[in-house]
Formats: sequence, C-alpha cells, structure tokens
Amino acid sequence: MSRTDLGMPAFPRAAERATRDQRLRGNLRHATHTIRAKRATAVAELDDWQRLRAAGAAVKNRTLRHLDHYLLQAEAAVTEAGGTVHWAADAAEANRIVAGLVKRTGEREVVKVKSMATQETGLNAALEAEGIRAYETDLAELIVQLGHDRPSHILVPAIHRNRGEIRDIFRREMAAWGRPAPEALGDDPAELAEAARLHLREKFLRAKVGVSGANFLVAETGTLVVLESEGNGRMCLTLPDTLISVVGIEKIVPTWRDLEVFLQLLPRSSTAERMNPYTTTWTGTTDGDGPRAFHLVLLDNGRTDALADTVGRQALRCIRCSACLNVCPVYERAGGHAYGSAYPGPIGAILTPQLRGVTDPLDASLPYASSLCGACYEVCPVAIDIPEVLVHLRERVVEGGRVTRHGARVTIKPAKGHAAERAAMRAARWTFDHPRALRAGERLASRTRRLHPSRLRVLPGPARAWSDSRDLPAVPPEPFRDWWARHRAAKGERE
Amino acid sequence: MRVALFITCVNDALFPGTGRATVTLLERLGVQVDFPAGQSCCGQIQYNTGYRHETEPLLRRFARVFAPYEYVVTPSGSCAAMVRENYPRLGERAVAEGRGGELAELAAEAVPKVRELTEFLVDVLGVTDVGAYFPHSVAYHPTCHSLRVLRVGDRPLRLLRAVEGLELRELAGAQECCGFGGTFAVKNAAVSSAMGADKVADAVATGAEVLCAADNSCLTHIGGTIARTGRGPRVMHLAEILARTEADAPSRTAEGFRR
Amino acid sequence: MSGGRDVVLGRIRRALADVPAAERPEDVAVPRDYRTTHTDDDPARALDLLAARLADYRARVHRCGEQEIPRRVAELLAERGSRAVVVPGGLPSAWLSRAEGVEVVTDDPGLTHARLDGVRSVVTGCALAIAETGTLVLDASPDQGSRRISLIPDHHVCVVRAPAQVVASVPLALPRLDPARPLTWISGPSATSDIELDRVEGVHGPRVLDVIIATTDG
Repeated sequence: MSRTDLGMPAFPRAAERATRDQRLRGNLRHATHTIRAKRATAVAELDDWQRLRAAGAAVKNRTLRHLDHYLLQAEAAVTEAGGTVHWAADAAEANRIVAGLVKRTGEREVVKVKSMATQETGLNAALEAEGIRAYETDLAELIVQLGHDRPSHILVPAIHRNRGEIRDIFRREMAAWGRPAPEALGDDPAELAEAARLHLREKFLRAKVGVSGANFLVAETGTLVVLESEGNGRMCLTLPDTLISVVGIEKIVPTWRDLEVFLQLLPRSSTAERMNPYTTTWTGTTDGDGPRAFHLVLLDNGRTDALADTVGRQALRCIRCSACLNVCPVYERAGGHAYGSAYPGPIGAILTPQLRGVTDPLDASLPYASSLCGACYEVCPVAIDIPEVLVHLRERVVEGGRVTRHGARVTIKPAKGHAAERAAMRAARWTFDHPRALRAGERLASRTRRLHPSRLRVLPGPARAWSDSRDLPAVPPEPFRDWWARHRAAKGERE
Repeated sequence: MRVALFITCVNDALFPGTGRATVTLLERLGVQVDFPAGQSCCGQIQYNTGYRHETEPLLRRFARVFAPYEYVVTPSGSCAAMVRENYPRLGERAVAEGRGGELAELAAEAVPKVRELTEFLVDVLGVTDVGAYFPHSVAYHPTCHSLRVLRVGDRPLRLLRAVEGLELRELAGAQECCGFGGTFAVKNAAVSSAMGADKVADAVATGAEVLCAADNSCLTHIGGTIARTGRGPRVMHLAEILARTEADAPSRTAEGFRR
Repeated sequence: MSGGRDVVLGRIRRALADVPAAERPEDVAVPRDYRTTHTDDDPARALDLLAARLADYRARVHRCGEQEIPRRVAELLAERGSRAVVVPGGLPSAWLSRAEGVEVVTDDPGLTHARLDGVRSVVTGCALAIAETGTLVLDASPDQGSRRISLIPDHHVCVVRAPAQVVASVPLALPRLDPARPLTWISGPSATSDIELDRVEGVHGPRVLDVIIATTDG
C-alpha cells in the first residue's frame, strides 16, 4: 500500500489523538449522522432489501469461489472488444504498468477518477517519481490533494474537513495547480462545487490520458462499470484518448444480469440515493465515442492472500459503499486517518490486515479497533460478517499460525506484546474450568472488600486504561452462588 | 419444565443482586429454577480477544452442566449471544481443522436451550406483565448483542411498559454502542471512553432516574463512567426492576457503584 | 506481463484449494427471490412515478404529447438563453424546427472538446427511462450521439418517449440494454455529497437537466 501509510502509530494512539480533536469529532459526527438517517430511508423504500442483500452476497461468493474462471472470461471479453488486459501481482507492478502506458503516449499528465485501487497502490506518488502529474478530479479527492492531506473515508475522502476548511484550502492552493479560486470565495457548498468545476474544466478538456478504477467488471461481456455523482468520472472516462483502469480482481461479477442486484444495493448503501447521478458502462473501445485505447490492469496486491483464508475471504465481497464507516461508533470518533490505509473503518480493519499481513504493529492493532457492536454487519449490503472476521484476525495476531503471504504458505509467530494477556486468558480459562477455585476466589474478594480502596481510581497495569475514565463496581459482600446455597436451603426447609 | 439459571461469571462475582432478582422474578412466575453449581463462564472475553482455543473447554463445560435442562435462562444478552452465535462457530472451526465433530455436537445440543431473560419471559412464558411495581422514570439501553445478535426487538420495552408506576423515557441514539466491548475498553480506552461519555450524555438528557439494560457488562461501563463524573442516572439491570413489587421496601441493592 | 498473469492465476488456484474440483460456478446457488419491480403494472402510474422521481433529484420534468416536442424544446432553449445547441446526427429534425435563431451544431468526431464547451445546450433522445430510480439511460444510438455531447454543455434536454421507453425498475431495464454499447445512466443533474455528506446539485456534468416526457399520440 501507499508509502505514506508506513510507520504510522498503532490504531489506539492515533485514535486517542483524534478523540481530543474537537473540530474533527464535530465534522465526523455531523457527516456520519446525516448520511445514516438518509441511508435508512433509502433502504426502507425496498421491502426486498434483505433478499437483494442475500443475492449480492451469493453472487460475490460464486465469483470468489471461481475467480480464475471469471477472470479468464473477462480477459477474453475485454480483449475481444478492443481492450488490452494487464495483470499485476502487487502494487509496484501495477504502478509500473500504468507509468509505462502513460509514458508510451508521450503525455506528462493524467486526470483521475476517484479509485480505491490506485489509492491503495500509491499510484500518484509512483507517477510523480516518473515525472507524470496525476490530477484528482473527484471533489473530495481534490480537497485532499490540494490540502496535502490523506483520504479518511472511502466515499468522501475529505469527510474530516468542514466547509470553512475547504474554502480556505481552495483559496490558498488552487492557484498553484491551475485556475485559482474565485475572489471572495465563500463557504456555501454550492459555491465550493462551482469553484471546483471551474478549476478542473480546463484539465478535463486538454487531458489525453485518464486513469480510473471500476465498481464492477462483468465477466461474460467484459463490461466495466463506474458509478459516480459529479460527472468528473464521465469526463475522465470519455474525453481522453487513452483510458487506463486499475481494477481489483475481486470486482468481477459473472453476468450482465447480476448488475440488477448491485445497482440497487450500492447507491442506496453509499450515498443513500435511489440511483447515483451518473453511471458509465463501457466494453473495450467504441469507434467515434470515447477513448481509442483502453487498458485494464487487474490487481492482486494481497487479495489472493485474503482469498486463501476461508473465514477472511468474505471481506473480498466488499463493494466499497462505506455504509459500515458511516454507522461505526469507533470510526466516528477515531476518524479515518487512524486506520493507516486507503481503507478506513470496519471494512479497513478486516481488509488491511489481510492485504498487508499483521506483522506491522499498526496492522496488528486494526482487528482490535472495534467494540464488536455489529452495526457494520447489519448495514453491509453484501452481508460481510465484519465482527466474525475481526475476531478471526485477532486470533491470528495472538496465536500466529499458517497464513498465506504473497501467495506462499508461511507460519507466522504470535505478535509481540500479548504475552501477559495470553497468560491471563489461560489462567482465566483454568479458573473458569475449576468452579471450586472460582468460588474460592470470589469469596476471597468478598471477604477482603473492606480492605479495597473506597473508589478504585487508579488500577495497575493495562487495567489502568479503564480506570483513567471509569470507576469499577464495588465487590459485593457475597457472590451469587453463596446466596443461592442459602436460598435453596431455606426453600428446602419451607417445602 | 426444567429451567436452569446461567448467572454468568460477571453477575456471580460482581452483581449477585441481578441473580437474586432473576430467581425472585422467575419463582414469582411459577418457574422452578435450578442453579447447577458446575457452571462458570461462557468464554466470551477469551473468544472475542482472539483466544478461541481457550474457549473450547468452557463450551464443553457449558454443554455438560446444562445437559439435563430444557431451558437455560440468562440475564445477559452478550453471554446468550456468545453461546448462540459463537459456540456453533467453535464447532465448525474444529471440524474444518480436522479435530472431529465433538464441539459441533455439544454446541448443537446447548444452543437451542439458551434464552436471554426477556426472550424467556415473552416467548416461553408468554408474559409481558410480570406484576412488577417500580414508581420511577426509566430509560432503556438496548445493548448491541441483545439488539443485533439475539434480535430481542421490543421484548424488553414491552416488559417495561407493563410495569406499574414506571415512566419510560426514550433514550436518544439508543442503538449506539456504549463503548464497552470487553477488552476493547482497555485496548482502545480513549475511543471507548468517548463512546461511554456520549452514551451518558444521552442518558442524562432523558432526565430519567434510572438507566436500565439487560446486560451488566454494558452497565458496568456506563455506570463506571457515571460514577467517575458523578453525573447521570442510577444504572440497574432490567431484572431488578421486573423483580420489584409493591410489597418490596424501597431499598437500594447492596452492590454497584459507590456514589 | 504474462508473468503477472501466471503468478496471479496460480495464487488464486492455490487459495481455492478448499473448493471441490468438481464444483462448477453455477453450483454456487444465487437466490433470485428479490422483486423484479417495486411498482405495479399500470403504465400510467409508472409514468407518474418516473416524473416524481426525476423531480426528486432536481431534474425539471415537462410532460406533453409527442407533437408538442418542438415547441417545448424551443421554450427550454430560450429560457436558458441558449444561442447554440449541439444535437446528435440522428435526432428527429422536427424537434428543433421551432428553435429560431439558435445555431445547431451536429455531433461529429471533428468537433473539438473546446468548441463543445462553448455550446450551452444539448438535446438528445434516450434508450430508456427507469421509473423507480428516476433514471435516463443513453446508449449512444443515432438520436443520442456520443457520450461527451450530453456531458460538456451545461444544459441537457432529454426527450423520453412514453410509454415505449419507460420501464419500472432496474431489473427490467438491464435486459433491454446492450452491454456492447457505451451506456450513460443519468439520474438528475450532476451532484456531490462531498462536503459534509450533504447533497448539492451541479458540479461537472450539466447543471440543468430538462426531461420532456412525450406521450405517443393515439
């Protein structure tokens, strides 16, 4: 994944910082609560939502279990329609392919539609190193690029910025990238959108190369599908002479008909609309309409490692709607940057440790970035049981074991820093499996309760993290089982 | 009908009043309750922290201890959810790992018996008016696992609405997690605390005297936050409200947070 | 290049070792018990729904008989003050017959993007319209032209012929569309939710979308 993400602090520390940023908390709370209510309304309009959800999950399961078959089918169809298909095993290979294709056109700049895959591979930086400038054209990506910032949300990468901050970024930075912001630009969203329209139009009209991702790739027809709102996608997909689309191998759906499921699930889950303003579908190239050259780069970059995990595999069903981010109480307070990858929120917490492994401390901390409240699973349009995968990945962190990394089966060691926890869990299991010892411990705690401090304000060791903000309940005079023994005896006498 | 109470380790050690209330309530409704002493913990905290293998002996114990009973009633949404959702998973994984079907069989026996308290009252006993009297204003926090894993729906609210004298107050953002999440509360203490503070703010805004839930782990978090800040309603397990009758002297339970 | 291909395919096959060799893709069941449509069969109600849903996303809807199209088109162009309009080569010529004093630019590969950027309006037909979602689908047929002409001008007038071109739902739309053609699905004017997840209309695509729903005579 992108280089800027490496060396990030583990999730808890970054999240802790975010919780103290009152403006960030306010921005995220406002945005996520706005979309939550709208999504619920959009979904409630369809009384067959759960059936669509089941169908969506099943279509993706079918695809994943026969991924090689569908990829070969898609490759043949795209080639037949005049496109060229490239395969990239990792981010570096994908970036090399794209840079090479751009260079061959003789161009030094590209316009980009928002694409999670190229965010993941760090394509912009790789192109920059080759002397090629990539212009992001999605409004939120533009805000991020102009602000020298990092995306913090899948759908709305600048969700951490409010209108005032966006106005300041536009005023300050637009001139260095092209057409400056209008004099006296205000913070009305419509005004800000207008400023982006003016700023980007000259770039769209002169661009010779466009770079995109895709929401879906239909295997039987070789058709690519991009859903968007602003029209920047249509600009990038239709005006340039050359179009390069970088698409994760899990984006495949088997048939044209399967789109009837996803074109209902995705807009309502994502922007809470019945349908997003623009969807473009294309198959290879078309004479006299749109790009004359089309390149499809199929990206692995850890996806096959996730595929090899029969529990974690379901994360590859993800259609990047971001509904799970919008309902997540942890995301709402930690913000997207704390997740340290292109994929923040609950889906990021299960995708990143599978795509990158759990050797980096940040990646190993992600499976714990959840209270397991289950709100993400409930809204997921393809029914990914995110809590189940989180717990599964926690096991991988604490126990290590056999996993697939870069396509090879390897055995990983348990992550560092869990020895005390492991010992405590073993001890607890032993105690719980020996009720007499458990009862003795409970009684001891009860009988010594007068010796406990009147308020447990500072606990030792890791428990201190609890006592920093919360009291512990007082130990009662006797455990339940002692009361039960007396109760039963008394009852026996009565009867 | 042979009914066993699964008290859960947290309630046994820290909240025996919830257990006493559950027994009182069930016996008042004519249920013969038994408490098999061999029970201990469902293993939720181990499982959810990634120690699946440490949970397996607890599954075996659970299945063995409760084998003679028709129903296992528990006043904890998350422990009921652990058994119902994750015990079958423990079995499946063991099968997938080539370790045989023993755990899967034990899980299949244990799972259908388990009822969270409000499920047992409404579905098995068929009651919503349990004859309780509690003349106080109360807000109800649904707790995540009751809400989204067990899907208890409005059962707790129906029970509360039937309590004489009780004034139910609506809790804003009720479906949001309180931020407990077991070891999450310690591993991501800052986010957990922020969630807890927001939950308490919503509870305070109801103006209710009591915040209740059917899960003491969540109430430990919410109550611990309230005790620290000194501002907020008293927290109580739902069972303790349902157990109260007009005959009860207005007494406070002995355990809980020192205020 | 072929290196990457072999590597990826090899990894996939190893990753799927748990899938029985005899399993075929269609052995993985896909339940299709969701609805084909959420609307009843009455074509009049589908039309009303289409109009309502288009309007809900800030498209401006105009309903008329087919013979009124030329007058409506002329009014809409005049209203925007359009002095030039781009049209696809196969647009029924009658549609612009009433637009006096408006320069008509015909879609053509020789037309530069910059020239197109100087044209305020575009008039097209469509392949079909989806009532439930308020969506117009253009498939680059002769009466719709290349994709860019309905993109660069700021004002799009799209004519839907009812009831023939109106379907109730997405599942009913897909079988009528040819995936080999480049398709553009349009639901309202361009919009964004990128600022505080609040929807505002009008970014890069046409900021004004006029939809004429023309009912076939007789």
